[in-house]
Amino acid sequence: MRPLDENETTQVFEKLYKFVGNNLKNIVENPAHEGPDSNPGRYCFRLQKNKVYYVSESLVKRATNIGRDNLVSLGTCVGKFTKGGKFHLTVQALLLLASNAKHKIWLKPTSEMSFLYGNHVLKGGVEKITENIVANDGVVVFSMSDVPLGFGIAAHSTQESRKLDPNANVVLHQADIGEYLRMEDEL
Amino acid sequence: MAAKRKKNSRTKKVELPEDSDNSSDSKLQNDNLIEQEIDDEEMSDSDGDNPFTDDFLQGDEDEEEKGSDSGDESDSDSDDEDLEVKSRAIDEEREREEEEANAELQLNIKEEPDEFQLPTQKELEEEGQRPPDLPNLQKRIKEIVRILSNFKDLKHDGTKRKDYVDQLKIDLSSYYGYNEFLIGVLVEMFPVVELMELIEAFEKPRPICLRTNTLKTRRRALADVLINRVPIGATPEYMAGHYMLQSASSILPVMALAPQEKEKIVDMAAAPGGKTTYIAALMNNAATEQLSPGIIYANEMKEPRLKSLTANLHRMGVTNSIVCKYDGRELPKVLGVNSVDRVLLDAPCSGTGVISKDESVKASKSTEEIFKCADLQKQLILAAIDVVDATSKTGGYIVYSTCSMMIPENEAVIDYALRKRDVKLVPCGLDFGQPGFIRYREHRFHPSLEKTRRFYPHVHNMDGFFVAKLKKMSNTKPKKDTDAKIQKPNSINKAGEESQQDDGDQNKKENGKKGGVVPENGKKRSPSNHNSGKKRKFPAKKEIPKA
Repeated sequence: MRPLDENETTQVFEKLYKFVGNNLKNIVENPAHEGPDSNPGRYCFRLQKNKVYYVSESLVKRATNIGRDNLVSLGTCVGKFTKGGKFHLTVQALLLLASNAKHKIWLKPTSEMSFLYGNHVLKGGVEKITENIVANDGVVVFSMSDVPLGFGIAAHSTQESRKLDPNANVVLHQADIGEYLRMEDEL
Repeated sequence: MAAKRKKNSRTKKVELPEDSDNSSDSKLQNDNLIEQEIDDEEMSDSDGDNPFTDDFLQGDEDEEEKGSDSGDESDSDSDDEDLEVKSRAIDEEREREEEEANAELQLNIKEEPDEFQLPTQKELEEEGQRPPDLPNLQKRIKEIVRILSNFKDLKHDGTKRKDYVDQLKIDLSSYYGYNEFLIGVLVEMFPVVELMELIEAFEKPRPICLRTNTLKTRRRALADVLINRVPIGATPEYMAGHYMLQSASSILPVMALAPQEKEKIVDMAAAPGGKTTYIAALMNNAATEQLSPGIIYANEMKEPRLKSLTANLHRMGVTNSIVCKYDGRELPKVLGVNSVDRVLLDAPCSGTGVISKDESVKASKSTEEIFKCADLQKQLILAAIDVVDATSKTGGYIVYSTCSMMIPENEAVIDYALRKRDVKLVPCGLDFGQPGFIRYREHRFHPSLEKTRRFYPHVHNMDGFFVAKLKKMSNTKPKKDTDAKIQKPNSINKAGEESQQDDGDQNKKENGKKGGVVPENGKKRSPSNHNSGKKRKFPAKKEIPKA
C-alpha cells in the first residue's frame, strides 16, 4: 500500500472533479472521525494492487502492519488503474460521489431496472435532471426515492437533451449498483 | 363374515324345520332345534357353504326373507318358549362374537409389539437388498420411538434397549440420509422424542431473514418498499445496500458481542460479511455522518470468499474496515498481541447445525473431521484471546460461535480456552436459548459453561448454533511448562480425583503460578484457576470435593 504519486493523483482528482466539481475540496479535506483516536485525521488516498482507496489516516496507520500480500481492502475503494495506466471509477465510489455530486439525474421507476442491467439511460426514462449539465460531465443517477443507482457521462447538455427524442441516450452508463450482483468477481 | 354366515345358517336352520313343520312348535322340536343349533355350529361352516356356493346372492336373499318370514311367523305363532329359545340363541351368538372379536383384538395387539420384535438379521439383509421401503421404515421408526419413550411398559421382553436404539439408528440413517456417525451422535445428545423433532426440523428450511442496514435506511421504510417485491435477492434496495439476507442465527453472535463506538474490533472469519457489516452498523459507521466509528478488521483466510466479503462491505456502505487475508492463527503476530478491544470468532466448523441448508453434511462427517475442526478451533480461539487487550476500557471481550451442535466443537473448545488463558465466561446477553452442556457422558466441563447458549431448529426455529462470550481478565498467559504437563496421558486422570490433586500440586510446585492447569481434556472440571495467580494449594483441595 502506498500513497499515490503525482500522476496518479492528478488522474484521480480529474475524474472526481467531473462528478463533484468543486466539492472535491470537501472530499479531500473531510475531517475523519474514524478510528479510536480523538483527533480527527484527514482522509487520504492509497494505492493497493492498482486499486485506489479512500481511507482515513488512522485507518491507514493501523493497516500498515498488514503485509502487502495480505491486505485486501481498506476503507472505500474509489476506482482502479487499468493496465494502460488509466483510472476508472468503480461503483464502490458511488456513496462518496452521490453525497457530493453536482450533476444528478432521476430515473423513472420503470427504467430503473434497465439501467441496473448496464444499459444507458434513455431520454424516455428520465424524470428529472439538474440544470447546467454540459456534455461529458459526470452525472450521478438516482431513483425517484433518492437511492443512488450509479453514475455515467452525460451525452449531451441539459438544453440539448430536452430536444431529443425519447430513445436517445442521455447518460452513458459507467457503473451501477447492479454490478454487485452481476460482476462480483471483478470488483 | 364367519359370524354372519353362522347367523344366517343358524337362522336358516331355525327356519327350515319350522317351515317344514310350519305351525308346530313343539317343545321337542325346539329342543331339537337347540341341539341342532349346537351341532349346527360345528357344522355350520360346511352347511353354510353349500347354499352359499350354489346360489350366492339368491341364497342370501332367500335366507333373509325366510328370516323375516320366520320372524313374523314366529311372532305370529309365538310361543314363549320359542322366543326364549331364539333369544337365548341370539344371546349366545352375541357372546361368541364378542369373544371372537376380543380374541382377534388380542391377537392384533399382540402382533404389533411382536412385529417390533426387531427384524432379524435375515430380514435386514433382505431389506438391504431391496430398495428402501420408506413407509415401512417410517412405521418402524415411529414404533421404536414409541417404545423407547416408554420403555418399561412397552418393551418386548428379551430385547435390550440398545438393540432398539441400534435399529432406530439404522432406520433413521436410511430414511433421512444421515451417515452412521452423525446419527449416533445425535441419538446420544437428545432424548428420543426430541431427536425426532430435531430431525424433522432439519428437513425443512428455516425462514429467511433480512437485516436492515441502519447505515442506509430505517426498518419501517424498508419494510414498506419490500413488501411487494419479489424476488428479494435482487431488488434495487438490495443493491443499494439497504439490507442483508442473513439467517437469524448469524445475528446472535454480534448481538452478544455488543460492539461500542470507537472500538477496534476483529472479525476473524468474516466472509461473507453478514456479521461484519452488522458490527459496523452497530458501531454507527455511518458513511455520511460524522460519528466515531472505530475500526473493524475483517479477516478471511480463503481467497474466493474474500471477494464476497469486500463486495458486501462496500455495498452496505462500510467505510471503516480493513480487510486482510490471514490465517486467523497468525493474527496476534500481525496485529500485535493485546491490541484490540473485541473479537468475534465465528469459527469454521462441521456445519452440523445448518443441515437444513446443506444436506451433504448429513452424510459426510466423521469423528476425524470433527476433531480436526475442534483442533483448529482451539488454536483459533487462543489466537483470538491473545489479540484482545484485557486492559481495554470498554472491551476485552471475545465471542465464540459456531453453527454446529457437536460437543467437541463447542463446549470442549471453550473449556480448553478457560484452562489455557486467563479468561472467564460471561452471560451472552441473549435471553433465549438453552444453556450449554456442563457434563455430557464422560466429560465434565467448567460450571460456568452454563452461560453459553445453544440454539436448536426445533426449539427456536433457527439454525443450530452455539454462542459463548468470554472476558479476558488479564494479559498473562500460563507458562509453556503447563503445556507439557497437559500432554500427559488422560488415562491417569480417569482413576479419580487423587491423581488430579497430585498433578495439581505438582504443577503448582513447579510453576508457582496460577496456571495450575488440570491436565486433560475436560474430563474434569477445573477448579477456578482464573483468579489472579495466588498459590492455591488449599483452596484447590477444598474445591475438588465440592466438585
